[in-house]
Amino acid sequence: MTADNCRRETPEIEVAAPTVVRGATVVAAADGVLHRIDRPVVALCGCGRSAALPWCDSTHKVLADRSS
Amino acid sequence: MVNAIAQHEQGAAAPPETGAAAPAGPAPALPPSCGPISAQVLGTLFGDGPPAGWCALVETVGDPLTDLDFQLGLWLSYEPHYADLPGLDRDPEWDPALLSLRAALEERFERALRDLVGELPTGDPVAVLRRLTGSGRPSPLALHLGRDASREQFIDYLAQRAVYHLRESDPQSFTLPRVTGAAKTALAELQYDEYGAGRPERLHSRLYANALTALDLPADVHDYLPGVEATVFTTVNTMSFFALHRSLRGAAMGHLAAFEATSSLPCRLIATGAHRLGLPPAVAAYFEEHVEADSVHEQVAIDDICGALVRAEPLLGPDVVFGAAACLAVDELAAQAFWARWNADPEPTGEAAS
Repeated sequence: MTADNCRRETPEIEVAAPTVVRGATVVAAADGVLHRIDRPVVALCGCGRSAALPWCDSTHKVLADRSS
Repeated sequence: MVNAIAQHEQGAAAPPETGAAAPAGPAPALPPSCGPISAQVLGTLFGDGPPAGWCALVETVGDPLTDLDFQLGLWLSYEPHYADLPGLDRDPEWDPALLSLRAALEERFERALRDLVGELPTGDPVAVLRRLTGSGRPSPLALHLGRDASREQFIDYLAQRAVYHLRESDPQSFTLPRVTGAAKTALAELQYDEYGAGRPERLHSRLYANALTALDLPADVHDYLPGVEATVFTTVNTMSFFALHRSLRGAAMGHLAAFEATSSLPCRLIATGAHRLGLPPAVAAYFEEHVEADSVHEQVAIDDICGALVRAEPLLGPDVVFGAAACLAVDELAAQAFWARWNADPEPTGEAAS
């Protein structure tokens, strides 16, 4: 599963929110690098600006503030 | 003020009396009482019966949320649910006298919390949670810790917060049997992650203890009590109060959602401060863990816990919002206490965090 193909529509805000994924053991980032998952649930970055890609680090909230 | 614990350790049979001189001896692990309320709670922990005029005494407190005597007393009344009290050779956890004292404190506490948050926003509780916690602007306190705080201020922050983080997520576990269905599943999932996801070395409370130990600070909550700010106790007591009352399960989960949803961005800043100050890696590691973890927990707590809870029990919606609003309001009270401790003022935060 990649961060790109599991984005979801978030019409209520301009900046894409993260996608919550359960039960995965590995995720392939957009650059093809595989990342092991050791949490029961993870949030994949939806805005593309996380400093911890492919994981969400809440940067989307900063971007939403700037765009509002 | 008297120190009931020290008295007990010295073999004194009598309960503490307000106004007696603190006995000499080894440093106690629990703080001396700091007024009539905490003195009475300490005495009750050691076996005193319920006092006359207790409710009237509780009513004399001007602002329970900032009163150290009140908050220490309430904290002590919850403590038997979490840990053994040093020097105590009886089990007071379900002592009717203690519960009677605590009920009066809690009644006054809830009134003060509701007064603090005022009129609650209405509408879909999940949407309200998103609005209340949606800001991407850094909190002034996190900004200060990240950019400007001295080593002493940073360590003071860690020491004050130890009273919660050394027991991170424990209050919310009391709510687990009090919610059902999808909300229970999601809360268990969140708590499992808080508790290390199967790896004891990843317990968030242990990560915090590692950070303290790396700074040669103690890793036992009781060692921090003498200097804890009233409003820091307030933040912890708010969690215990909500979590230990089934009727307030909505508030407990709303509080959790607000707590998680306002954690990730501040933790990123605070981790930066730990690096800036050259603190041991375990300090930044604690906060860095929470950048990703709490980004996940925000989604789980708002959508999967609170969303499921209000779908199953729509009447809990206002309590969910109350809990979230209370979390944010008491956190702000604690932030004000830090500014006062450091003789500093919050800086305006006109720019977003990253």
